[in-house]
Amino acid sequence: MIPTLGLALGVVIGLLLQPAVPVWLQPYLPIAVIAALDAVFGALRAILDGIFDDKVFVVSFLFNVVVAGFIVFLGDKLGVGSQLSTGVIVVLGVRIFSNVAAIRRHLFDA
Amino acid sequence: MSTREPQDARLEPEPEPEAEHEPREAQPGPPEAEHEPPEGEPGPQAARDPRRAWHRLLRAGAPRATRANALAMLLAGALGFAIIAQVRQTSIEGLENLREDELVRIFAGVDRDGDRLGDDISELESSLERLRGQSTNEEEAQRSAQQRLEALGILAGTAPAHGPGVVMTVRDPERQVTAPMVLDAIQELRDAGAEAIQVGDVRVVADTWFTQADEGLSVSGTVVRPPYVIRAIGDGNTLAGAMEIPGGVSATVRRAGGETDIQISDEVEIDALLTLSPPQYARPVPTSTP
Repeated sequence: MIPTLGLALGVVIGLLLQPAVPVWLQPYLPIAVIAALDAVFGALRAILDGIFDDKVFVVSFLFNVVVAGFIVFLGDKLGVGSQLSTGVIVVLGVRIFSNVAAIRRHLFDA
Repeated sequence: MSTREPQDARLEPEPEPEAEHEPREAQPGPPEAEHEPPEGEPGPQAARDPRRAWHRLLRAGAPRATRANALAMLLAGALGFAIIAQVRQTSIEGLENLREDELVRIFAGVDRDGDRLGDDISELESSLERLRGQSTNEEEAQRSAQQRLEALGILAGTAPAHGPGVVMTVRDPERQVTAPMVLDAIQELRDAGAEAIQVGDVRVVADTWFTQADEGLSVSGTVVRPPYVIRAIGDGNTLAGAMEIPGGVSATVRRAGGETDIQISDEVEIDALLTLSPPQYARPVPTSTP
């Protein structure tokens, strides 16, 4: 509930402020968003599994974001930025899908 | 927060609030570092029941004022904010996000468009140049033709004329002024540079002729009665001087008993017109130059 409220609040603030993404952040923000989404879905699944932990969620959220940004940064430095970004997106996407599948099994038993 | 490791952070499925942090050594599940187990691992048995799952979800979502909850809210807010920012960024970004082949395709399209438009431009420019040249030529030709028309109209008597000149009135109470005298006057005026001449209401041109008539003069068949008013356009002083020279027109008329009155005017109207009839016998000799 509270995180949902926070998400809605963030969306509203974003819509109101119309933020411009700074240039240095532009390559990292999409990956960071996907990583954070992965953490959120993981947290949802953990709640349903009964193993949710706030600290783990917070740490995994921040860590996911940082690691994803670092991987992109490293890829940029190595000249394989776009490929590495694609790889990270694919991995995170697979994880999100698997988490969503688990959530679905929990909630709908199907 | 607590001191336990994430590996230990297994909460009992049944009696949670999840936000509490009693470390529990639950069943030694697979040691995942994060809280989501790998795909395919069956969750705890209790979570298998959908009703319980919903219940659990609701309970987890219940507002509790813990630091972790506030932190989660903060993170979720940041996530929403970042999503919106990224969406906006993506929507305002132009070509940066396109792949190489798309860029190549767009570039080729732009290149082709540019070539085509360049061709169009040069074509239209040459067309414009041509039309402009044509119109200049046509205007030039029209202007010179108009000038020729005006000059010839004045010469042939088909166009009215005005300008500086003289108006000479020849009074002839005794009917002694003859056609040759008037003809002499005309010749003198022409000699003095008169460009358009009118006697009475008759325009004097190349084929004008004078003869005696019962009531005065016949000018090209039109009877003109005294006093004869001769209008001539030219340099007024020269024309008047030509009339007044000793032994000239005025003297001859005076000798014949008439009198002349010459007025120099800045604005003499020659308004008598002639109608041209095509020559019956004379044919122009073809020339190479138009």
